[in-house]
Amino acid sequence: MTLLLRTLTVFAALGTADLAAAAELSLAANTTGKNVSFMREQLGRFERQTGHKVNLVTMPSSSSEQFSQYRLWLAAGNKDVDVYQTDVIWAPQLADQFIDLTEATKDVVGDHFPSIIQSQTANGKLVALPIFTDAPALYYRKDLLEKYDRTPPKTWDEMAATAKEIQEKERAAGQADIWGFVFQANAYEGLTCNALEWIKSSGGGQIVEPDGTISVNNEMAAAAIDRAKKWIGTIAPGGVLAYQEEESRGVWQTGNAVFMRNWPYAYALGNGDDSAVKGKFEVMPLPAANDGEEPSSTLGGWNLAVSKYSDEQEAAIELVKFLSSKAVQKERALQLSQLPTIASLYDDPDVAAAQPFMPNWKPIFESAVPRPSAVTKVKYNEVSSRFWSAVHNTLSGNGTAAENLELLEIELTELKGDSW
Amino acid sequence: MTDLAVADPPAALGRHTQIHSDLKAQRVRSAWVFLAPTLLVLALVAGWPLVRTIYFSFTTASLTNPAGAEFIGFDNYLTWITLKSGRTIYRGLLADPAWWNAVWNTLKFTLVSVSIETVLGLVVALVLNARFPGRGLVRAAILIPWAIPTIVSAKMWAWMLNDQFGILNDILLGLGLISQKVAWTANPDTAMIAVLIVDVWKTTPFMALLILAGLQMVPGDVYEAAKIDGVHPVKVFWRVTLPLIRPALMVAVIFRMLDALRIFDLIYVLTPNNAQTKTMSVLARENLFDFDKFAYGAAASTMLFLIIAAITVLYMWFGRVNFEGER
Repeated sequence: MTLLLRTLTVFAALGTADLAAAAELSLAANTTGKNVSFMREQLGRFERQTGHKVNLVTMPSSSSEQFSQYRLWLAAGNKDVDVYQTDVIWAPQLADQFIDLTEATKDVVGDHFPSIIQSQTANGKLVALPIFTDAPALYYRKDLLEKYDRTPPKTWDEMAATAKEIQEKERAAGQADIWGFVFQANAYEGLTCNALEWIKSSGGGQIVEPDGTISVNNEMAAAAIDRAKKWIGTIAPGGVLAYQEEESRGVWQTGNAVFMRNWPYAYALGNGDDSAVKGKFEVMPLPAANDGEEPSSTLGGWNLAVSKYSDEQEAAIELVKFLSSKAVQKERALQLSQLPTIASLYDDPDVAAAQPFMPNWKPIFESAVPRPSAVTKVKYNEVSSRFWSAVHNTLSGNGTAAENLELLEIELTELKGDSW
Repeated sequence: MTDLAVADPPAALGRHTQIHSDLKAQRVRSAWVFLAPTLLVLALVAGWPLVRTIYFSFTTASLTNPAGAEFIGFDNYLTWITLKSGRTIYRGLLADPAWWNAVWNTLKFTLVSVSIETVLGLVVALVLNARFPGRGLVRAAILIPWAIPTIVSAKMWAWMLNDQFGILNDILLGLGLISQKVAWTANPDTAMIAVLIVDVWKTTPFMALLILAGLQMVPGDVYEAAKIDGVHPVKVFWRVTLPLIRPALMVAVIFRMLDALRIFDLIYVLTPNNAQTKTMSVLARENLFDFDKFAYGAAASTMLFLIIAAITVLYMWFGRVNFEGER
């Protein structure tokens, strides 16, 4: 009798498993670098393992555009997308629309860095599970620095001086298109990241402090933005004012820049076979204002969240756990040079061999500066937009940093109202 | 005259009029029956969203919680508080410098782009109206920019305008017209010019097509008569062609103007967050979806609708007055 019951239970379990296996999921993911082809490959493995089917919905590489599309779908209670790839700053803004992953992931959550899990927790609810973390680096042309006998720069001014010297000498030598430094100064979220690094590394705070004070209007911050203003047209092309990550990588990867500020994904791509700078560059932490000071990198990173409108939440959670698993994160680190969120992978010999820079990255992102998304909550996007506009205005010569930051402070104070 | 006849119908015609009006009533009825599906669909896809948007603009709606909207009257448009010091602070869309900047950008863009496109479109249409071998092929070829989806052509131009690898800078450098690469979409001075270049490239064929249709309505004998009288071709253009294609031209301009006033896609791709090119639609979208200000964005959309409606009514009104005045 018990045997029969047991057999029945097994069959029943198999039956439900079969039912679950019929799930058809949709995953929205962005298209920066090789993310899409990597995702396709991993989803193929997931489909073979589980029998589920996963459609990939590709999103723009600009995170600002991606966010508004998500917001629209989620506001409409869209059931078509089950899993969303989300930026590190979105958890507090979209928390209501995603399911709580705490229960489902309690077996694996301990493997990830606690600070990253913390960043994806809003009001005690685990909104998303990380698939990789991000902290930008200063890319430099080892060959050019050696050629002109320069050391990798420790401060922003040293970087600018080296960039200027190499740019001038290389141009004189016939490299008409070379520039000293490329970064991201288009008016979008990426400029917020860049400018936050300049300001924070100069002791100018982090726009809005964790306690909610608006700190951005100070002399150090103004000096930091003015310093960046001087780069435009001298060591950086005027076009950086329209560059996002991929445009600056374009200049860099065709061998036309001495320095570049970018995220780790550009490391693997820069060493690809079609790259003009393959094997000629190295990465290091971003410069600081003065020698010996702590540099600051903006904390980035992407996560996966499950929509609360999804009809296939079980299977969706399975997919999230698969894509954030140690095996997939390792593969991601090897192929795409994206930083794992699982501590033990930093000691993995394969990772260290494929991406020699990576073990050194652990302290950098552990001390990375978060954007003020947790404290400004749903108003974060507007805070960021006002901030990048003020910076973009300054960089394009529309008012001085001091003037624009003073205005920004008034705008942010009005936006804050009684509380964030 | 008709008024008189209706007011005092001769007795003999009474029956006839009765039948006539029955017939007319029947025709009106069937006209309504045939129109009903169209009106219904229009009400559903255009009327309802419009009413919803206007409704949301009077509330505190947010995208996170659209159902929890509270009615606040005109606060999204304009509201003021008088501080204890006696100073009055205005808030809301109508007191927002970003909004007026967007309005100004849109009007500037519309005026410049539609003017250039009308002139160029007229020139192209005149050329295409002339007889020459291979005319059919040229007519088809000239439509290509219009046939490409705006998003695609905007992205294509974004690469052509790119400061480092863009072909435009390469050509201009090669010709010696510029001494160093211009950052077209990044530079505040050239951003609007870049947008205008792309828009003119894209929509001149549309203008040319509409004007060409007008040109083909002009009877050939008018030109023959002018030719026999020995009128100078320039005079023929100003005194014959232009007045005759005027209705077609007016329609073409109004179509373009309506399109230009709500320009969104081109600017969103080329220079999305640039204050120099931000138009009303771009600003409305930003508030609706990027920021947590759905109601404020709805107010901007409503204002956009009102401004376009007002400009269209004014244009049609002035257009007709002149038209009849000439006759």
